[in-house]
Amino acid sequence: MKNIDWRYVLRLGLIAGVVVAYVSAIGVLVTFNSRSIVAGVLTLGQLILYIAPLWAGYLVGKKVLADGGSYLESLLSGLGVGVLSMVPVLGLIILPHALLPNLRRIFVNISPDLITLLTFQQESLLSGSLLLVGLMTALGLVGSATHLIPTQVRRPLAIALLWVVLVGMFSELLIQILRPLNRTLVTTFFQGNALKSNIALALFAITAALNWIVTSQRETVKTQIKQLPSDYQKGLYIASLVLVFILFMLLPRVVGSFLSEVLVNVGLYILMGLGLNIAIGLAGLLDLGYVTNFAIGAYIMGVLTSTSSLGRGQLSFWVVIPICIVSAMITGFLLALPVLRMRGDYLAITTLGFGEIIRLLALSDWLRPLIGGAQGIVFIPKPAIFDFVFGTSSQLYYIVFFGCLLVLFVSVRLNNSRTGRQWMALREDEDAAKAMGIDTIQTKLLAFTLSAASGGLAGAIFASKLGTIFPNSFDLLVSINVLALIIVGGMGSIPGIMVGALVLIGLPELLREFAEYRLLAYGVLLIVMMLARPEGLIPSEIRQRELHDEEVISTVENPSA
Amino acid sequence: MRSRYFDNISWVSLILGILRIVILVLIVVGAYNTLSSGKYSAEAWVGLIASGLAQGSIYALIALGYTLVYGILLMINFAHGEIFMAGAMTASFLANSFARSGFLNQSPVLAIFILLCFAGLVSASIAILLERIAYRPLRGSPRLVPLITAIGASFFLQYTFRGLYGSGFQSYPGTVDALKGNLTIGSLQTPITLTQVFVFFCAFALMMALYWLVERTKIGMAMRAVSENKEVAALMGINIDRIIVITFALGGFLAGAAGVINGIYRPQGVFFRMGFFPGVKAFTAAVLGGIGSVPGAMLGGLFLGLVESLGPNLVLEGLGIPGANQLKDAIAFTMLVLVLIFRPQGILGERLAEKKA
Amino acid sequence: MTDNILVAEQVTKRFGGLVAIKDLTFAIPRQSIVSIIGPNGAGKTTFFNCITGFYTIDEGEMVFDGIRLNGREANQITRLGIARTFQNIRLFSNMTAIENIMVGQEPHLTSTWLGAIIGTPFSRREEVDAEQEARRLLRFVGLAGKGDAMARNLSYGDQRRLEIARALGSKPKLLLLDEPTAGMNPKETAETTQFIRHLRDELGITILLIEHDMRVVMGISEQVTVLDYGEKIAEGKPAEIQSNPRVIEAYLGRGAAASATINTAA
Repeated sequence: MKNIDWRYVLRLGLIAGVVVAYVSAIGVLVTFNSRSIVAGVLTLGQLILYIAPLWAGYLVGKKVLADGGSYLESLLSGLGVGVLSMVPVLGLIILPHALLPNLRRIFVNISPDLITLLTFQQESLLSGSLLLVGLMTALGLVGSATHLIPTQVRRPLAIALLWVVLVGMFSELLIQILRPLNRTLVTTFFQGNALKSNIALALFAITAALNWIVTSQRETVKTQIKQLPSDYQKGLYIASLVLVFILFMLLPRVVGSFLSEVLVNVGLYILMGLGLNIAIGLAGLLDLGYVTNFAIGAYIMGVLTSTSSLGRGQLSFWVVIPICIVSAMITGFLLALPVLRMRGDYLAITTLGFGEIIRLLALSDWLRPLIGGAQGIVFIPKPAIFDFVFGTSSQLYYIVFFGCLLVLFVSVRLNNSRTGRQWMALREDEDAAKAMGIDTIQTKLLAFTLSAASGGLAGAIFASKLGTIFPNSFDLLVSINVLALIIVGGMGSIPGIMVGALVLIGLPELLREFAEYRLLAYGVLLIVMMLARPEGLIPSEIRQRELHDEEVISTVENPSA
Repeated sequence: MRSRYFDNISWVSLILGILRIVILVLIVVGAYNTLSSGKYSAEAWVGLIASGLAQGSIYALIALGYTLVYGILLMINFAHGEIFMAGAMTASFLANSFARSGFLNQSPVLAIFILLCFAGLVSASIAILLERIAYRPLRGSPRLVPLITAIGASFFLQYTFRGLYGSGFQSYPGTVDALKGNLTIGSLQTPITLTQVFVFFCAFALMMALYWLVERTKIGMAMRAVSENKEVAALMGINIDRIIVITFALGGFLAGAAGVINGIYRPQGVFFRMGFFPGVKAFTAAVLGGIGSVPGAMLGGLFLGLVESLGPNLVLEGLGIPGANQLKDAIAFTMLVLVLIFRPQGILGERLAEKKA
Repeated sequence: MTDNILVAEQVTKRFGGLVAIKDLTFAIPRQSIVSIIGPNGAGKTTFFNCITGFYTIDEGEMVFDGIRLNGREANQITRLGIARTFQNIRLFSNMTAIENIMVGQEPHLTSTWLGAIIGTPFSRREEVDAEQEARRLLRFVGLAGKGDAMARNLSYGDQRRLEIARALGSKPKLLLLDEPTAGMNPKETAETTQFIRHLRDELGITILLIEHDMRVVMGISEQVTVLDYGEKIAEGKPAEIQSNPRVIEAYLGRGAAASATINTAA
């Protein structure tokens, strides 16, 4: 027993317990309980309930083993964590609920539904609570027991489990996609909106096996590719790019209109993310008023194309797009002027102020004759080429897709250019950048101006997509969404932004239950990322210069060496 | 050679200078037009000033939290508005149960005192938790990291309380009997409501208590020492962590109390996003007074309250802008932006500039 | 007069009531190695910041190669041909060594953001050239092969070298080194000393040095200027400085001045 740090066990167990009590009290468990993963076996709500003790058990087991403890000690500590993790739930949720039935008037989410969920539909609270304690203890034990399995086995198992959860979670979506193709496929695999339990088991086995094979083969394939001549490697690279491109072109046909809609939204946020990334990720300027550019783009598009009485000119979408981009850039430039000499945190708050001022002005009666006040602008036509109208999401998808490609191209080019280096130098150390001869004022202005451009583009497409715009679509939350996806993906990392947008924007739309807790999750993510991984999930890697390897250069310059 | 056009800092300064003059001219012209039109009676102005001061003293209470934390950690606790919200929302349940049982009208002083303490303690504990979990591990990291964390914390708190109490609007009980009606001096009925008087004096008392604490007690001395120089303070045997926790707790307590005072002043609109606007405005007030300075935050709050209350009628209407009162919040934000651009050290603050050097 | 690359004429810099530099007149002969020494807080780094435009001087005049520096921004001054390093290494720590040097080459790069987006032959060419030059400089300072490492991952000595390489990227006529051997062991110090002399001899760069290590100062300087409380108290060849009683007083206090002489190894 001497190798168990009991204070650590106590702390971890209670933390896990508080997390469980917290997600119970704010209604997460009940809300997510409606999404089932494996029919009749597991719901998302239950999964969330189980994860805390499982994870705590895993951590505590790891710690005990690292401290030189035996497997028995590790299991014992897992057991302890499991028991402890139930104390807060019992004390803060179940007990008060039993004693004060009126508690629900204040804490709306401590509901009978929650109690049923926590006590596994048992008639009596006591037996239900005992069941809960037993299960959680067992889970803590299982968590610590994972260390008994060798790593080569544990990894594929964990990944297979993740796959089952993912497939189960998105069953509804998969059913939607599969149904038009093959009805029997759907009925054999799914039951209701979840995986059938035998299928889940099969999926688990197959993915585990596949993962086993892939991990063992990966290195050999990698070395095989490396041994190929460089022309071949280049060809392979281009071929895979082309393949990805074709995939993306076919995507809306495959996934249907609902998913296309989601993709369009993700695309709009990728546009904004790439834009804001110039300011935040590259130049280190924390701009919290990015929504301004989005709003400018949308309102210019609205005013210049709308067929309502507010519309002026009723120009074509394609003519207005450049106007939107340029206007956003001009706004970006003008709003950057006063903040050029500001410190980082003041700059953030000032830009936030700009964003709110623009929204409040749009909302006011003062500008109503121009931009419609709270009623907004209606009858904004969809983009069209001659007679072909981009009416549906699966058609608008292509506009967004090509917009993203364009901005991506520009971003990558800028990233690897003199300008990109100036921005990064500015981000790293403003004084040193100045000492290197960089005109910091001009560099900042350029960052704000170029950063605004793709925000304007996104706004323009947004207006045209919705057909109606209201001032309240342009509040601080848009800026925060973009900020969150950049931070989560990794500041300055272009692939990170795409992943960030998929996860932060796409996921909540796919899981409707999630919508309510979306901003809660963003808040948690921002805090956790800053505490644990400030560089983001996919940090911008060192830009490798494949063509200019050290050896190549030195042999070219010093053939004798 | 491109740089010829942009290189000069003075080029930017010139534009800022012009902006400054334009704003001053607009304010003067607007105010002149309104005053010369004689649209509002003296009584109306007194009413506006009273409501400005009442609202401003609430801002001042919240602003103290920003200023105290900034003074010690040099960080903007962006989530401070949510700490205010936490106290205001939680105490609303207690206030309503006091009202239902009649306790509030029977002994209003005691009831309000209990409410202030309750909300203050709730907010203070949230503030302490926030510091312990989110901010403490980040001490010493680049300035933007705690700011982003604070933004995250702000949303986390908003939606946590939405989860706890639901997304609907709560309200405080209507005006306490003792505070109904207007202030009368002699036989003269003024346009100042008793509630406004209460708000002002209640906030004033709390601020005086804080001022006494900071200036006269041992804890206050330790706080000032830490804010001057952490290393030296630590060498003198001051427990820095403890002082920081106390600072957060004090700021939180004042914000929670401000939540109750706000609830008595404006019973409606208690919901999970209620902290955002007062939060940003209080931050404006703190910067306005010189962030880090306790009297500065008080003055800044009152000043902002006045500007926000008088601005729409005095300046905007004079400029012929319709629906001027809708732009109240826009005025506050404009104030924020202008202060940060033109006078980031605030009215009373030179301390910031020294600290940075 | 013409063989002085930098002339400071009665320069004064104040911070509020504090006079950091007082009436300093100072000249650096072309292609020489000049050191500024003085006790802590004597105003050495402040003087650096005045030359490089980080501080605006309150009185006096600063002339570099016939051009008046007063009122110019730091970035403009760098473009005129003055480069510097910092006392507490200030590299762009999350950029690679190569990128750091490429930023150092700023004054000679002319491609624009538009050119970069379009990918004009000119900007491509310039990037390739800049990178080759960066690799060359990297080898010159002895960091060959470490170009793709993040600056923050380099060892302390390597970071000092990289900072010099970055400064050399701007092809300076005058190089200001702020305590280049601080924190180095005797072997590294000797190497760096050798390297500084090499810089001047090979590249013909004039070097102005702030240094605490007397061995370095006395070993390579042709002229030493001593500051105390912002005033120049002595100037001359190393040997003259070593025996100057005012210098000894400034370093060791009044009492010691009578009896002691500065030990070169101090």
